[in-house]
Amino acid sequence: MINLASAGLVAAPESRRWVLRGHAVAMAAAGAAFGSPLPTRAGEVAQAASSIADTARAALWLGPDEVWFITPVEDGAALEGALRTALAAVPHALVDISHRQVGLLLQGTDPAWLLNAVCPLDLSLAAFPVNCCTRTLFNKAEIVLWRTGPAAFRLETGRSFSGYVVGLLAEIAREQAA
Amino acid sequence: MNHPLLFRTPTGGRVDRSRTLRFTFDGQAYQGYAGDTLASALLAHGVHLMGRSFKYHRPRGLLAAGAEEPNALVAVIRDAARRTPNLRATQVELYDGLIAESQNRWPSLAFDVGAINDFLSPLFPAGFYYKTFMWPRQAWHRVFEPVVRQAAGLGEPPTLPDPDRYAQRYAHCDVLVVGAGPAGLAAALAASAGGGRVVLCDEQPELGGALLDEPASSLGASINGQPASRWLADAVATLSARPNVTLLPRTTCFGYFAHNMLSLNQRLTEHLAAPAPQAPRERLWQVRAREVVLATGAIERPLVFPGNDRPGMLLASAARSLLNRHGVKVGSRVVLVTGCDAAYITALELQAAGVTVVRILDTRPAAAEHVTRAALAAGLMVSANVTVLGTSGRRRVTGLTLARLAATGEVSDRESLACDTVLMSGGYTPTVHLFSQSRGQLRFDAAQQVFVPGVSAEREHSAGACRGTDGLRSTLDEGAAVGAAAAFAAGSRGVLASYTVQALEGSLRGQPGVLPQPGSHPPARAFVDFQNDVTSKDLALAMREGFESVEHIKRYTTNGMATDQGKTSNMNALGFVAKSKAITVPQAGLTTFRMPYTPVTFGSLAGYDRGDLFDPVRPTPSHDWAVAHGVVFEDVGLWKRARYFPRDGEDMHAAVDRECLAVRASVGLFDASTLGKIAVVGPDAATFLNRLYVNNFSTLAVGKCRYGILTREDGFVYDDGVIARLADEHFHVTTTTGGAARVLQMMEDYLQTEWSDLQVWLTSTTEQWAVIAVQGPKAREVLAPLVSGLNLSASELPHMALAHGHLGDIPMLLMRVSFTGELGYEINVPSGHGQRAWEMVWAAGQAYGMTPYGTEAMHVLRAEKGYVIVGQETDGTATPDDAGLSWAIAKSKADFVGKRSLARPTMLATGRKQLVGLRTVDPRLVLEEGAQVAATPNQKVPMRLIGHVTSSYHSAVLGHSIALAMVADGRARIGQTLYVPMPEGEIPVTVTTTVFYDTAGARLHD
Repeated sequence: MINLASAGLVAAPESRRWVLRGHAVAMAAAGAAFGSPLPTRAGEVAQAASSIADTARAALWLGPDEVWFITPVEDGAALEGALRTALAAVPHALVDISHRQVGLLLQGTDPAWLLNAVCPLDLSLAAFPVNCCTRTLFNKAEIVLWRTGPAAFRLETGRSFSGYVVGLLAEIAREQAA
Repeated sequence: MNHPLLFRTPTGGRVDRSRTLRFTFDGQAYQGYAGDTLASALLAHGVHLMGRSFKYHRPRGLLAAGAEEPNALVAVIRDAARRTPNLRATQVELYDGLIAESQNRWPSLAFDVGAINDFLSPLFPAGFYYKTFMWPRQAWHRVFEPVVRQAAGLGEPPTLPDPDRYAQRYAHCDVLVVGAGPAGLAAALAASAGGGRVVLCDEQPELGGALLDEPASSLGASINGQPASRWLADAVATLSARPNVTLLPRTTCFGYFAHNMLSLNQRLTEHLAAPAPQAPRERLWQVRAREVVLATGAIERPLVFPGNDRPGMLLASAARSLLNRHGVKVGSRVVLVTGCDAAYITALELQAAGVTVVRILDTRPAAAEHVTRAALAAGLMVSANVTVLGTSGRRRVTGLTLARLAATGEVSDRESLACDTVLMSGGYTPTVHLFSQSRGQLRFDAAQQVFVPGVSAEREHSAGACRGTDGLRSTLDEGAAVGAAAAFAAGSRGVLASYTVQALEGSLRGQPGVLPQPGSHPPARAFVDFQNDVTSKDLALAMREGFESVEHIKRYTTNGMATDQGKTSNMNALGFVAKSKAITVPQAGLTTFRMPYTPVTFGSLAGYDRGDLFDPVRPTPSHDWAVAHGVVFEDVGLWKRARYFPRDGEDMHAAVDRECLAVRASVGLFDASTLGKIAVVGPDAATFLNRLYVNNFSTLAVGKCRYGILTREDGFVYDDGVIARLADEHFHVTTTTGGAARVLQMMEDYLQTEWSDLQVWLTSTTEQWAVIAVQGPKAREVLAPLVSGLNLSASELPHMALAHGHLGDIPMLLMRVSFTGELGYEINVPSGHGQRAWEMVWAAGQAYGMTPYGTEAMHVLRAEKGYVIVGQETDGTATPDDAGLSWAIAKSKADFVGKRSLARPTMLATGRKQLVGLRTVDPRLVLEEGAQVAATPNQKVPMRLIGHVTSSYHSAVLGHSIALAMVADGRARIGQTLYVPMPEGEIPVTVTTTVFYDTAGARLHD
């Protein structure tokens, strides 16, 4: 059907995801469990070692009271357990969105070029550096974009939107090849 | 071929004479060179006649050489699906095998029946259509409109779907430079020298703008001691080599929007003989620029005098461009009529190329001394202070009559000149379209008699001729200064430059308006707007009929309203109006410039939004399974939902009947995943829901569900859904499929603006959960062997209870809820496991004859039970009580959103529409949804109508039709007979309660 590789695209490894919403006190408590202070600046991504060797957990700042956690599925129970324990006495909402989202890894020579066909953001390295994240639009689909390297992005989208996002990326990639 | 290249110069120009291209125009074969436009290639053969005018079908030739061309509109045809109408021949790049056709003529361009309109032109004054086609009213659609469209249409659209692909792109830059003439190039060089991101776009295939029109000979300008063409090549090479510069030729900036967002249309394959099939045809750029430099140049105005529109009558700038860029001579014997010094240079260059310049006719008392001296030194004859009384020639101009006109109106020195070409120059109009689109305020420059950019509204700078700047050196210096300033303003660094120029130049100034004529009446056929056939007489008539504002005159005469947006006509019309009324041009006013600068294709605007990618198609977890089982889908918003599953050639009604009966008799399977879901979590979750919903959620126990109704502040039903309490501080709220996004937004709105003190947070979980509804008397038996960790018995898991457990190995939230009136469960599993869970349940259900059902059966099943669908029974004006849901309102609560409105007298008054059931006397008759309801039969129109049918179905289990309706005081009418008036006659109906099936509700609690 759609050739992911032609779009410089691979599915992200199976991941667990949570949305944490709460005040600064909740963010501070969660940071201790996460393994690193949670990001406090808009669009910042913090990473910490996961319970599984050679893998990392990520915390994405997506709003003044909203942080997403993304971690390999094998680290899920450990991270969730630590977070729930640390947050037990603090008002917060920690909601599992592991299956709500689908993750795509975008690599290749110029993934920003692919994205900018329909993503209105300035994705130059100066404006959107490595480990920057944001919620934005991919034409008609809402996505969360995380720059994992100078020429590498992780793109998260709603499960039912993933076919549209991949199809559109493949369409744009054909243009790059033409 | 009987069209020798008589008008091609032996050498020179920027065309590649080593590459001959063949093409046809109206079926006639011609040839040209690489670098030609369709217009220049035709002119090289001496073909001037390229179109028929819009209204009078007058023969028309080329007027201009660029985007402003009003006459030479052609269709370029690659195949039946690729027929592009209304292209300006001046902008069509020649390729080998190009096929072009003229427009607005029948049967042929040379002999056009419509030209009868020209002889009848006294019958077609301004406002003709307004005055003539007012009545009879019925005649408009059947007679007038089809005839007018046939006679006055422009090009024909293609008849097949567009097979090409169109790309789009967002870009950001420090400085966007629009126009790559001398000002734009100097600006881009200065702005990019410090490393800032610069985008330079130009509508033409080659960067250079007016520099491309400079002759290569010693007559041409030199910049910094080099020929202009050499400087241009170096400048383009320098810009190309800078990684921070994006050069976009063939790219028209057509729209200037708020906050420096500009739209550019790039033509990618239009100029290719054989475009790669994968290659996008055009690309729409949306550029966000910190600073914008507009270097859009100026457009020469024609002169307005009788007979100024014959083929062979061109702008002087067009003749210059054709000569120097394409090596094409516009004619053999040229008369130049000018009110502008710059045109003298063209005359000199034409003469040097071997064209006979019969005479320069200057409409002013005198031109600037240096250009007059140059003309006389070259042996050209100049007559000053003259006007043109008329021209001759039908399909090509053959002569011109000039005269002197005294202030008294006395005509003297009448003289006729034979010629095959007349060049016109009324001076240049700065191209301020984009500046005006940006909401910048124009300023009238009285000395130049043109509007120039005044106060900017955006972070924008104009440079060069578009700002009224005259002279190549000033233009280059201004471009550099503005480019450097823009770079600094954008936060990067600009590098200033100054230029030396040697050139013989004439000023671009002129006097807009109509050339003076003898007599008191303005002349007919002195064309102001060539594309819409508006003459000075039409403008005079509009003023005489009392139109004061130039905006009204424009609309009455259609001056400036053609696809060229009056690029060559607006200033002349303004000048004429101002002079006629003895007011200044600014007092006469100015019409508004709107996007697009030149027409943009629908394909470009649509971009990727076509076919399968037109909108996201949201599949549910059972999508692939449903496809394999022959589903018919229904679009619900962006979702694809199963509508029904036909078997063995069943139609929808047969399939729905079977699906409904299966649910009632045994068990059905339904994908409810599209229901909106919101996790409401935090210590104040119950308080929050209490304030929003009409129900009481403090009293909802953990592990229980409650049907909730959400009203807006006006008290009308907004959404509904089952709300489950998973934990003390965690509610699982479901919404309607369509309401998912707006309910979450309403909740966030209240939370952030009204109740920011509450410690509760919202997370959309719609897509986290796949929801599999198992409904029917056998539902428990199907599920029992599959689930672990919970007891399904009615006592342990009664109606509206929930439990956590596993479905096989999949973690599950099981809710015992029903939208069918049967024993029912909704299995919530993480959506990634949805398809597997669905297939597990399906396999287990086989022993019970499990039947998958779709939204149609769901609608019937819930209607049999009188369950409302928000948006079907309600329409935004129904209160909970109107919909029969007042039982849900918690009377004990002090407040909730909408409570105060529900207490208003009109909300409590009698006469409100209330939800009831309707039964037809004929059990097979299914009422039309949306049909009106009357209290008494045989009323005269207009009837007094008291309600309408909201839902209507055939009920297989009941053996008769059922309907729900909103009827005034409906609950008090139960048992009465009402009437549904239909075209075939009135249908008597009996009012019933809303519950048709299992009125006691025993099956629900099984």
